[in-house]
Amino acid sequence: MEIATLTTLAGIVEYAVPVLFASIGENITEKAGITNLSVNGTIILSAMGGFVVSMNTGSLLLGFLTGALIGAAVAAIVAFSSITLKQSQVAIGFILALLCRDLGYFLGAPYTNKPGIFLSKVPIPGLSEIPILGPVFFNHSLVVYASYLLIIITFVYMYKTRPGLMLQGIGERPTAAFARGANVKALRYLYTILGGALVGLAGPMYSLAVKIGWAGQLSGLDGVGWIALAITIFGGWNPLRVAFGAYLFGGLQQLGITLQSTTDIPIQILQAAPFPLMIFTLLLVNVGRAEWVERELAAMPEKPRKVISKILRALRTSPPASLGVPFEND
Amino acid sequence: MKITLQHIDKSFGKVHANDDINLTIPSGTIQGILGENGAGKSTLMKILTGYYQADSGEILLDDMKVKITSPEDAVVRGIGMLHQDPLDFPPMKVIDNFLLGTKGGLFPNRKQVENEILRLSNEFDFQINPDAFVETMTVGERQQLEILRLLWLGVKVLILDEPTTGISANQKDKLFATLVKLASQGLTVIFVSHKLEEVEQLCNRVAVFRQGKLVGEVDPPYRTDQFVYLMFGKNVEVGEKASFCTDDTYIKLKNIGLEDYRLRLKDINLEIKSGEIIGLAGMEGSGQRLFLRMLAGLMRPVSGNIYIDGVDFTGKNYHVFQNSGVAYLPASRLEEGLIPGMTLTEHFILSEKHRELFVDQRSAMDLTEERIKTFNIKGTPVSQVEQLSGGNQQRALLALLRKRLRLILMEHPTRGLDIESAIWIWSKMKERCKDCASIVFTSSDLDEILQYSDRILVFFGGLVSPPINAKSTTVDELGQLIGGKGW
Repeated sequence: MEIATLTTLAGIVEYAVPVLFASIGENITEKAGITNLSVNGTIILSAMGGFVVSMNTGSLLLGFLTGALIGAAVAAIVAFSSITLKQSQVAIGFILALLCRDLGYFLGAPYTNKPGIFLSKVPIPGLSEIPILGPVFFNHSLVVYASYLLIIITFVYMYKTRPGLMLQGIGERPTAAFARGANVKALRYLYTILGGALVGLAGPMYSLAVKIGWAGQLSGLDGVGWIALAITIFGGWNPLRVAFGAYLFGGLQQLGITLQSTTDIPIQILQAAPFPLMIFTLLLVNVGRAEWVERELAAMPEKPRKVISKILRALRTSPPASLGVPFEND
Repeated sequence: MKITLQHIDKSFGKVHANDDINLTIPSGTIQGILGENGAGKSTLMKILTGYYQADSGEILLDDMKVKITSPEDAVVRGIGMLHQDPLDFPPMKVIDNFLLGTKGGLFPNRKQVENEILRLSNEFDFQINPDAFVETMTVGERQQLEILRLLWLGVKVLILDEPTTGISANQKDKLFATLVKLASQGLTVIFVSHKLEEVEQLCNRVAVFRQGKLVGEVDPPYRTDQFVYLMFGKNVEVGEKASFCTDDTYIKLKNIGLEDYRLRLKDINLEIKSGEIIGLAGMEGSGQRLFLRMLAGLMRPVSGNIYIDGVDFTGKNYHVFQNSGVAYLPASRLEEGLIPGMTLTEHFILSEKHRELFVDQRSAMDLTEERIKTFNIKGTPVSQVEQLSGGNQQRALLALLRKRLRLILMEHPTRGLDIESAIWIWSKMKERCKDCASIVFTSSDLDEILQYSDRILVFFGGLVSPPINAKSTTVDELGQLIGGKGW
């Protein structure tokens, strides 16, 4: 395979990492029944925070830690207002998304385009020498390897462990989970803050590893958080499918960069293309539930109908049934 | 396990939900708890299962004083409850449902639990597949699953809250057989219901509740009129079985075919007479809903024709049907029938045809007050509909029906209502029939179908029976058809 292709593929894997962290974090939060809409703002604020802290302390670890703390703090606000105060998750999340974004730009202004430190590549000995797979998957910085672990651990935790089952339970039917001994509110706090910390890590992953540096609005991070939210839905609240969505988005972005040098398509179109494509995918996934589709299907001849309804059913996902619904022990 | 309740008292604000309840239930019995909605049965059960704490009074389990702090604590002490809508997790697998909430290491031993599910399932002659998704199971199977789970957790007392709502006659028989078996093994079974005949059939002894008080404990042999008297404090007459069916054909269905992505109904031919009542029997999801929605104009048949008064209405939309006198009362009252957040008056404003831009509040209020009186709704013109009880919501829906109607379609018209309300609602419907309206309704209560229908259609897995004359059939015969026998 050509070097250029391998670089592109490796780029996809790398580019997907922050989105992956953010959408898996959101996945965990939503699985518990809470929607944290602040993702977009959180990422920008924590990208700035992580960059500034690491620049001033010389410690990458502190930079990432700052990102996680910012994410956890924002999530804690969402948790408090929705779980304890029972306010609208959409309203508070949306306001925080705007607030954190502008706060990031404002507080980060003095640090725009300053030189900082960043995470370097650490090829994994042995694995990185495998042809094709090596350069694509195992010649990256540590955050990329962490993302592999995150996908696997989250999936196993959610579907195979006892606390993971309870996590599904509190988002699905908190009354039933309560009857089985769950402290629903405490668990929802826990998973909202944990998910928020993962979202917060996505920021420094950009500014310290993937899109190095802080350039204010020109960092190009605005919008990524909304995509992460969409990917959570597209992935049907399943970490494996969510990871697939994140790679798909990374791939579309990377494709745009590659095409820029080889075609005459205006750069704006290439930059914007991933967004409508994500929307289209979302539609495709959820269209099977619409009543008009069922009607159209019913009118079709036997054979194509069976095939199409099978595909639609396989794609179809349903959100945690109590997503966004406050819980009272009674 | 022996349960003793001493002087249990519980109030919610001004409502005295449990007033000095004293009851002893020995082990190995099936104790019936009978009473209307709001009689205090559920409150007492919630106290017993740790959802509520009694304001005063004692609970003794095997003569030991206990304080039950949460539903989980109740299960640990051996008291498990099967809720009307089983408290399980529909999108998850049976085995995950079993494991959810269990104590133990991070990774549960799935193989072992799977075997235990199969063993228990066999023991009670259930067919539970550990790998099945709960949402693909019927309510009856979900109840079986929940009973197995509670037994697996080692409960000694099993409380069942209105368990026969929404399950088939076969499943009911199986459930009752299971309960008898469990009681013979020494379990204490508490059966909460407002259905007299079930309590009479199953229970060793019955406690009757009325308005928060335990008004009587009855041992067999039971007398229905005695129960009715205890429940209501007076005698209630079931309406005469009167038919207003005429010879005029009002609706004619010719070779109707209906389809959604799960189900296919073919070649339905039927003539509905003016004033006739047709009951649709069958397990939920066997096509009754499609049939009703087709008659309402909400669903287009894939083949065949609908004639109303001889005019071809095939393919016309809901509003055309509505204008020709068709009304549809869906089962989910708050989702499809009423508008939560709006008051009764606002509902009447919306349902009456007006041409003016501004609402005449005064006359709307007057109209609402008058209807509240005629329909005996417990509420005020400014009550929001979601604050009304289920029975009063149903009354409100009936009050909203237009004056001149030719066809009334109802899904589970009396589900969740007390006997008195149910009888009252049917008396109102009969008046409509006298006025030449036809009624088509679904119900999971076979007695209701037999009592009120002129003819009955049974639905089973995409098949529709020819009309059965209600006078010449029995619950058993219908039960067989619903269960798929005799087709």
